[in-house]
Amino acid sequence: MPERALLKRLVRPLLALVTIVAIWQLVLTLTGVPRYILPSPMAVGRALIDQRGLLAHHAGITAIEIVAGLIGGILLGLTTALALARFRALRRTLLPLLLISQAIPLFALAPILMLWLGYGLGPKILMAMVIIYFPVASTGYDGLRQTPQGWLDLAQTFGLTRRQRLLKVQLPAALPSLASGLRMAASAAPIGAVIGEWVGSSQGLGYLMLNANARLQIDLMFAALVVLVAFAVLLYFGVDAALRLAMPWHHDRVESEP
Amino acid sequence: MSPPGLVLRHASLTFGDRPLFQALQARFDAGSWTCLLGRSGSGKSSLLRMIASLRLPDNHHLDLQTSDGIPLAGRVAWMAQQDLLVPWQRVAGNVMLSAHWQGRPTAADRRRAEHLLAQVGLADKADRWPDELSGGQRQRIALARTLFADASVVLMDEPFSAVDAITRLELHDLASRLLADRTVLMVTHDPLEALRLADRILILQGEPARLVSISVPPGDRPRSLDDSELQRRQAELVTQLRETDDA
Repeated sequence: MPERALLKRLVRPLLALVTIVAIWQLVLTLTGVPRYILPSPMAVGRALIDQRGLLAHHAGITAIEIVAGLIGGILLGLTTALALARFRALRRTLLPLLLISQAIPLFALAPILMLWLGYGLGPKILMAMVIIYFPVASTGYDGLRQTPQGWLDLAQTFGLTRRQRLLKVQLPAALPSLASGLRMAASAAPIGAVIGEWVGSSQGLGYLMLNANARLQIDLMFAALVVLVAFAVLLYFGVDAALRLAMPWHHDRVESEP
Repeated sequence: MSPPGLVLRHASLTFGDRPLFQALQARFDAGSWTCLLGRSGSGKSSLLRMIASLRLPDNHHLDLQTSDGIPLAGRVAWMAQQDLLVPWQRVAGNVMLSAHWQGRPTAADRRRAEHLLAQVGLADKADRWPDELSGGQRQRIALARTLFADASVVLMDEPFSAVDAITRLELHDLASRLLADRTVLMVTHDPLEALRLADRILILQGEPARLVSISVPPGDRPRSLDDSELQRRQAELVTQLRETDDA
């Protein structure tokens, strides 16, 4: 039975994929767009296969940047949320700063990070971290603040310390809110890494796309994009699965459809 | 563990600039069950929260003494109208919630939780998640959690008002049996509930409010519903509560 259920869950996304490819091909046939503007699905598929070594190398680099950025951003964001919930003085000083920092466009930050950290993996990981940090910190802090009063009353009569209350009551109560932040972070992480690669790099899918574009290897550029999209989708579902494991009491209510 | 009696003095509560009550006094005997009645907004829940040292937004003051002279902190169990079960613990985990939150439950804690679940008739539900259970079952788990704390003073704020009438009667029997040797103070809206369970009934009435003591029917609690004396007192009590409003 679980195999059939899995099959059933795969049918719809597969159908969506086939539809997209069909529309893509249809647009090409009907409009006659030149191949150097929009390559055919077949050409992109061929590039995926023929250039798999090159793609795999650059994809590996980007994957490291994304995963390292994701882990770093989540840890830092979560720590910030806990610290903000625990210390009033920190709320007063750090919270406005945090909000202002969101007004800085990531693209403007990228060249500065390159200047300081060079062209290696460092600035890309940092870019991914920065883009992930805020949704995690803000949804985490919101969740920690909105613990139902009744549970806090229980904590009070149990005589919990503030630390126990934060970790045993407020943190699990914040998980559903934090989860939406983590899902957002997972879908944003590749953006940070790729922007970093565009601004300056010699490796990674973002670099490969710019390079292929300059050499008019449009099919390779699209192949790199396909790999990047696959990454983003995998990452989202990976985070989603991890969250389900972390919250077993949520069953499949969210997912099950009538 | 013999439960302490409580003496309240100089209890006052101000809502905005309107005093709800001032210089209120009350005595709750050790091991007795007191029901506190009053109209909505009379401040009875706030008074209960004050005794439990829970957060209150309004200006309040209370001198609280225990009959044995030992501070009340750490000896109070709290039960609210909502069951307050946490969704991230299974049923057994919710019963021993205080052990989970204070650290790690021991084997003795687990046995005790199982025993209490059996007492409230839910032994077979220990490994279920709370949201798989009915409202009545959840409130029974909340009762088991209240008992787990082994507190000698139990403060309850309309604990049975969110369940259906039949379940409520069952919970009365259960609570009355399981809380027999504790000092219980219960806020309720339901005159019948008070007459079934209480050794003593207090009504918070007037503006600013005073505590008025009402006599209870004779007989052991929980008193039977078909007791004619109980029916008669219920009519009286309702009249009395209504007068509060007209005054």
